[in-house]
Amino acid sequence: MKDFKAQKTAAPAKQGGLNPEIQSRIGHQLRAMYDDVVRQGVPDRFAELIRKLDAPGGSSSDFGDASKTEGRD
Amino acid sequence: MPLTDSLRDDILAAVPSLRAFAISLSGNGDRADDLVQETLLRALANIDSFQPGSNLPAWLFTILRNLFRSDYRKRRREVEDAEGSYAKTLKSQPGQNAHLEFEEFRAALEKLPQDQREALILVGASGFSYEDAAAICGCAVGTIKSRVNRARSKLSAMLYVDGAEDFGPDDTVRAVIGGSGG
Repeated sequence: MKDFKAQKTAAPAKQGGLNPEIQSRIGHQLRAMYDDVVRQGVPDRFAELIRKLDAPGGSSSDFGDASKTEGRD
Repeated sequence: MPLTDSLRDDILAAVPSLRAFAISLSGNGDRADDLVQETLLRALANIDSFQPGSNLPAWLFTILRNLFRSDYRKRRREVEDAEGSYAKTLKSQPGQNAHLEFEEFRAALEKLPQDQREALILVGASGFSYEDAAAICGCAVGTIKSRVNRARSKLSAMLYVDGAEDFGPDDTVRAVIGGSGG
């Protein structure tokens, strides 16, 4: 956490009151958080949903079953 | 247009980022997946209204965002889920410091006004242009730009100002956060 705090005393802002270093840090954390989820790919639940809808005569009923995603962790 | 194989594949390919967007918006993995499911059902039911050649991810994100906003209004009065529900959705376990920093960031993000949070995520994480983000949110490009800037400034104040470890009684932070703490 030391370098995390060091950011606080970095040079004052240039544009829009925001230090570019902090701006890039925010961008990095935002993407890290987002990409963590993206990397999980497509859960079975959704692949199945689209497959079912695509099937001939497929109905859109009974998609509430989320049991496939229970074991996520 | 009809649901062709390639369109179906494109929709599937958008699911991971739809989930990431939904989780960033709602801060809750289970709710996010319900949102994604509802989005897919809506999209498939209305696939005829999708213009071939237009931006499919932007179309799907628009549906999800609209669903989230109506859902959000409905659920406002309901009890919020326990802290850490977001972390449960993560497969990788970050190191301790990184995890703490991550939690701080997530908590700060959740304190942003919804308009600013979604603008920042669309532009800063989903990788949409300001123009696409404006179309998704149904507002002007300039509005998106200013929301993104305000979001960044607030996050910066919450995360990188002295004494802001728990977003506590720092006057600067409080001033910047404004009324969002209520």
